[in-house]
Amino acid sequence: MRCLNLTTNLCLCLLLGMILGCAKKTTNVEHGNATQELFIGIGTEPATLDPHLLTGLTEYSVVMAFLEGLTTLNAETMRVQPGVAQAWDISEDGLVYTFHFDPKAKWSNGDRVTPEDFLFSFERILTPLLGAPYAYMLHPVKNAEAFHTGKLNNFSEVGAKAIDSHTLQIELEQATPYFLSLLAHNTYFPVHPPTILKHGTMTERISKWTKAGNYVGNGPFHLKTWRLNSKLHVDKNPHYRAPDSVKLNGIHFLPIDIETEERAFRSGHLHISASVPIHRIDWYRENRPETINFTTSLGVYYYMLNTSRGPLADPRVRKALAYTINREELTKHVLKAGQQPAYHFTPPNAGGYNAEARFPYDPDLARQLLAEAGFPKGKGFPTFEILYNTSESHRTIAVAIQQMWKKELGIDIELHNQEWKAYLSTREAGEFDILRASWFGDYDDPNTFLSLGETDNGNNHTNWSSAEYDRLIKLAAVTLDPEVRRAIFQKAETLLLDEMPVIPIYFYVTARLIDEAVQGWYPSILDNHPYQAIRLNAEHPTSNIESKN
Amino acid sequence: MLSLIARRLLQAIPTLWVVATATFLLLRLAPGGPFDDEKPLPPEIKAQIEAHYGLDLPLYQQYFDFLGNLLKGHLGPSYKYPGWDVQEIIAQTFPVSLELGLWGLIIAISLGVPVGALAAIKHNTKAETGLMGLAMIGICLPSFVVGPILLLVFSLNLNWFNPLGWSYAGDRVLPAVTLGLFYAAYIARLARSGMLDVLRHDYIRTARAKGLSDRVVIMTHALRTALYPVVSFLGPAAAGLISGSFVVETIFFIPGLGPFFVNAALNRDYSMVMGTVLFYAVLIILFNLIVDIIQMWMNPRSRHD
Repeated sequence: MRCLNLTTNLCLCLLLGMILGCAKKTTNVEHGNATQELFIGIGTEPATLDPHLLTGLTEYSVVMAFLEGLTTLNAETMRVQPGVAQAWDISEDGLVYTFHFDPKAKWSNGDRVTPEDFLFSFERILTPLLGAPYAYMLHPVKNAEAFHTGKLNNFSEVGAKAIDSHTLQIELEQATPYFLSLLAHNTYFPVHPPTILKHGTMTERISKWTKAGNYVGNGPFHLKTWRLNSKLHVDKNPHYRAPDSVKLNGIHFLPIDIETEERAFRSGHLHISASVPIHRIDWYRENRPETINFTTSLGVYYYMLNTSRGPLADPRVRKALAYTINREELTKHVLKAGQQPAYHFTPPNAGGYNAEARFPYDPDLARQLLAEAGFPKGKGFPTFEILYNTSESHRTIAVAIQQMWKKELGIDIELHNQEWKAYLSTREAGEFDILRASWFGDYDDPNTFLSLGETDNGNNHTNWSSAEYDRLIKLAAVTLDPEVRRAIFQKAETLLLDEMPVIPIYFYVTARLIDEAVQGWYPSILDNHPYQAIRLNAEHPTSNIESKN
Repeated sequence: MLSLIARRLLQAIPTLWVVATATFLLLRLAPGGPFDDEKPLPPEIKAQIEAHYGLDLPLYQQYFDFLGNLLKGHLGPSYKYPGWDVQEIIAQTFPVSLELGLWGLIIAISLGVPVGALAAIKHNTKAETGLMGLAMIGICLPSFVVGPILLLVFSLNLNWFNPLGWSYAGDRVLPAVTLGLFYAAYIARLARSGMLDVLRHDYIRTARAKGLSDRVVIMTHALRTALYPVVSFLGPAAAGLISGSFVVETIFFIPGLGPFFVNAALNRDYSMVMGTVLFYAVLIILFNLIVDIIQMWMNPRSRHD
């Protein structure tokens, strides 16, 4: 035993590993290119694969492989195209939609997808007992809200009915111009009634139907294996209505942590990563620019101000704070991934809307405003706190802003961080001065951002309230003409920036590493990438730069 | 022996009850709940979901329901992953952590004990300083530093191993080494001090005086007693090793139990936290019992305690 010293032990160990390790030489990417199997990083484990219960983008990006709504979105243009419904008629008043089903639309067990399946699914998500977080997405449907809130108990009064075995009719509360694109959202996805009922009641949340072996879907792929924190593997669904449109034979979704994911990509174990660590961005820009991909996403990073606290009640103070943040410097030197400085609240090109209102970066004006508010050179300004959820990048941003405010305005701000759930609870209780926040659009429309400023919006923790603002947002909701509607949103945005209860800082960008073999991956503001469009071109084998060096 | 085991198992019941109660209370004292999110649920929906899990009941009722289920052997469904039971998750992930932990343990013991013993035998030489210096470095370097360095060298540069995963035999090497090195270093220090202590004893001198070779003196006479402190350390250490490491399993993307300990707490996944904490408590109790049994075998004096 004594002769086994440190070195021999280590060597033996590594030698053994080498012999065993050498058994595997092809990488996932090489293997995948040959078999048309995509290896994609998704960052975190999906909490659920139930389309009616999921809330996150990660979950959605997986579920869209299994399920398909009445309409789908074109991968390249994001325009509405046929899904389960191969055609539809819309009544002249825009209230009644009649959908004609594709006779080839089938579930992965071979059953035909019927209008009744959709009725079952709508009833399921709208039944209060299920507690579906996004059920309100169905509220444009006639009486859906009444049924969902328990005012109506009879689902047959909700405006959806099967005309015959191939036709579904949906009646709306009021004309909703974007209704067809809503139908591609996961809340409108059908679930297979016999499968749901086999594993519990219609409204059972804690059901085993989403497990591999149980899952029955109607999308291009079929769930084959699902082990938590390990692998989620899907195969081509042979019963899919348009099998020829699907190029991939399978997808491996891998919930890998950000740093590990980058190493996985570098060594050829992933085609697409979910993100890129900030400190690796420059390396990829220089060494493998063809693999790093930035897409603007529909999200804004901002600070929420508690307008009931001391000087923060004064719009001049709030503006002074907003005007002294040097966003160019922040995005260029701190964030680095091509984030856009935000001088308004709604991200660019949200549903074709681009805010005209802007606020300036103007420290002189800010000092003047602060002096007018009674704090010349920051004298007498109380010490406030920025609250953020624990994270290195939030801290870096907060430190930079703290210094900018100190330098330009002469005011002292303290930093305070809390772990995620504690942060949420403090925020809900409104016990903060300045709070780091972010918002990602649920759908491609300015309303998903601007409604946050409404007095009774559950996410408005600023204590700021404006009757005029509320009126504008409500007016926009019932305005059909897109031009008029956008003009109303412009007014609301101007009002918001004039009052500044929130300080926009930057608009998000999604950075990913994408292997050259991947084709058919288009930039998408909602980060929506239908898998039907993707194929792997083995003509472009990847090079493992690190191991060649 | 049997009475010791029976006594320990009886003692385990109140211990587990205290652990369960304290965890239950601490969890409920922590701000935020399992269903809080950046985009908050409408209050009526949240109430509906909480009712689903019995979170609308008075706290004492929830506590008794929880204890009742525990007695029946139910840890309940995970709050974060609806459709997955806590038991199911543990059953699926624990074998992986167990295997990784055992490899780590083997590396720790087979490196730590010889190094420590050697250092003690070569007391006051450069070899001792060198070995103990290495051990100190091993203790000081956290696994989130060792892991990526090993990966960089042996996986990304030399291409000997996969940088992640748990599919091939070779995938065990780097994580097991990362996990084992810290414990090896710790064991080396314990083994050294244990050995130094023993070598001063009269019976060692007697053995030497009898003309026994160094090898026999060390292997048959000294080592057993010298390892006494190592064995006491190994009980809780083994429980820690086989229940999974958050850091190592995350760095190497290993589907073990480790990440659930941390993430369950961060997610306020009440049932999952209770499950993992109790599971860990049971492991600790079990391993301490095993350690006691081994020590009884090693030291005849303690058999009569």
